[in-house]
Amino acid sequence: MSVRIRVDGAEVVGRDGQTIAGVLIGAGRRSWRTAAGAERGVFCGIGVCQDCVLTVNGVEGVRACQRTARDGDTVERESR
Amino acid sequence: MSRRVVIVGAGPAGLAAAQAALAHGAHVTLLDEGERAGGQFWRHHDELTDRRMQHQWARFERLHAALERAGDHATVHRQASVWRIETEGGIRVHALVGPADAAARTGLTVEADALVIATGAHDRALPVPGWTLPGVVTAGAAQALAKRDGVTPGGRTVVAGAGPFLLPVAASIAIAGGEVAEVVEAVGLRRLVRGWGRSPWQLAGAAGKAGELAEYVGGLVRRRTPYRLGSAVTRIHGERAVEAVTVQRVDAHWRPIAGTERTVACDSVALGHGFTPRLEAAIQAGCRISSARFVEVDERQATSVAGIFAAGEVTGIAGADAALAEGEVAGFAAAGGTLDDARIAAVLRARRRLHAFADRLATHEVRRGWTAWLDDDTIICRCESVTRARIAEYADASSRGLRLATRAGLGACQGRTCGRTVEQLVAAPVDFDARPVLSSVRIGELAALAPNGGASTPSVGPEPSGSV
Repeated sequence: MSVRIRVDGAEVVGRDGQTIAGVLIGAGRRSWRTAAGAERGVFCGIGVCQDCVLTVNGVEGVRACQRTARDGDTVERESR
Repeated sequence: MSRRVVIVGAGPAGLAAAQAALAHGAHVTLLDEGERAGGQFWRHHDELTDRRMQHQWARFERLHAALERAGDHATVHRQASVWRIETEGGIRVHALVGPADAAARTGLTVEADALVIATGAHDRALPVPGWTLPGVVTAGAAQALAKRDGVTPGGRTVVAGAGPFLLPVAASIAIAGGEVAEVVEAVGLRRLVRGWGRSPWQLAGAAGKAGELAEYVGGLVRRRTPYRLGSAVTRIHGERAVEAVTVQRVDAHWRPIAGTERTVACDSVALGHGFTPRLEAAIQAGCRISSARFVEVDERQATSVAGIFAAGEVTGIAGADAALAEGEVAGFAAAGGTLDDARIAAVLRARRRLHAFADRLATHEVRRGWTAWLDDDTIICRCESVTRARIAEYADASSRGLRLATRAGLGACQGRTCGRTVEQLVAAPVDFDARPVLSSVRIGELAALAPNGGASTPSVGPEPSGSV
């Protein structure tokens, strides 16, 4: 079973049940946020550090390591 | 009416507390922020988790089954973020229930006769130049990604830090299909042997744990993975992501030894220098915290606040077996049991044995010399990109002054990642873990709740699911 999400406009396929971070890492994407001009990705992996946040279906500040990916989710990069 | 025991956290301590409280006639409400029970130790997904990564899975299934069997006596709220605990005029726990960081979760308030705080711990990862690069994760993240998502942080990972936890992390990465370039442990051979070798008879009760460690070391040998003692990753290189690390020998105080640098090519790094307890719930409830920053508990796992118990890593870093024993005692006591009851005697003995094992973990305690591998411009607070030099500038300021001037600890994670590091850098307690709101809550969600938090309406959340 697979799950399809859109990431900054591109389709990314993951395994059903994975978190958004799991889908992104599984697809070889390891950075999806800009902080003070530098790239960031997942760090703590358990919802503590908030480094992996991105915008999901228009809602900002969603931790990629905590949110299970759903078919059709639209994911956008954040910058702060 | 039976005693209402509320438990925050469904890891080993929380699950054991639930089972014990149910066995002694209490009604149990279990709140956990995850989608499935198990905490970090039993983090899992039915299709994505390779069973070889799980330990004591049968115990998890027994605890889980006890909750399912309990029927009306147990209520489980998954995806429940506890954001406030009230102790004035009775114990009330407030949570928001729904998908992680969703915009409109459901408010839930549960009233309790007794509360068990089993909120666990998270990794402590010491900063190192380059540690904000994509590809650098905590050891716990590597473990979580492997267990929960079936992925590895990169193709070739250096696992570095201190403590026996590095070994299961390396094993999980290998099982999930990654290559472990090296395991780098800051503690040197002599200290390791002294720490773990003394009074070995005290370890007899933890034979299972010793066997588990031997299994991990065996795995490293089979895969020809180097296990470097007395060394640290002192620099991480890369432009947009990790490309290599510098591994360097360190002295007994973890100060890097000049001239011993080696470059190791890799695309990811897993850092773990022990664990730090998640104290905010206990602090908000008013529980006394020890000078070593753990929740103080007595023989019954009771905190300094009447009716509130604590178990697991919040009371001291001792591993899953000790958490299970502590949880069982806490659940039993929270349900009204007394320690002279014969039914609890064996668990009390187990807890004592396991604490003797846990004392050995002090061998890997962070030593002060590590700060010598920081540059002035190394980021300490990841959320606000605050550098070491900036923190040094305000080292003599009050905790509040330091935060306001530098913004360290004021970002999204509220100092969870940098708090302990800042304390070491300014050589003073900074109390970042006293947090008025216990988890990430949107202002809109707070505004939507009644002024009293809906205190008189318990259980307005979604139907508790049978699948915990």
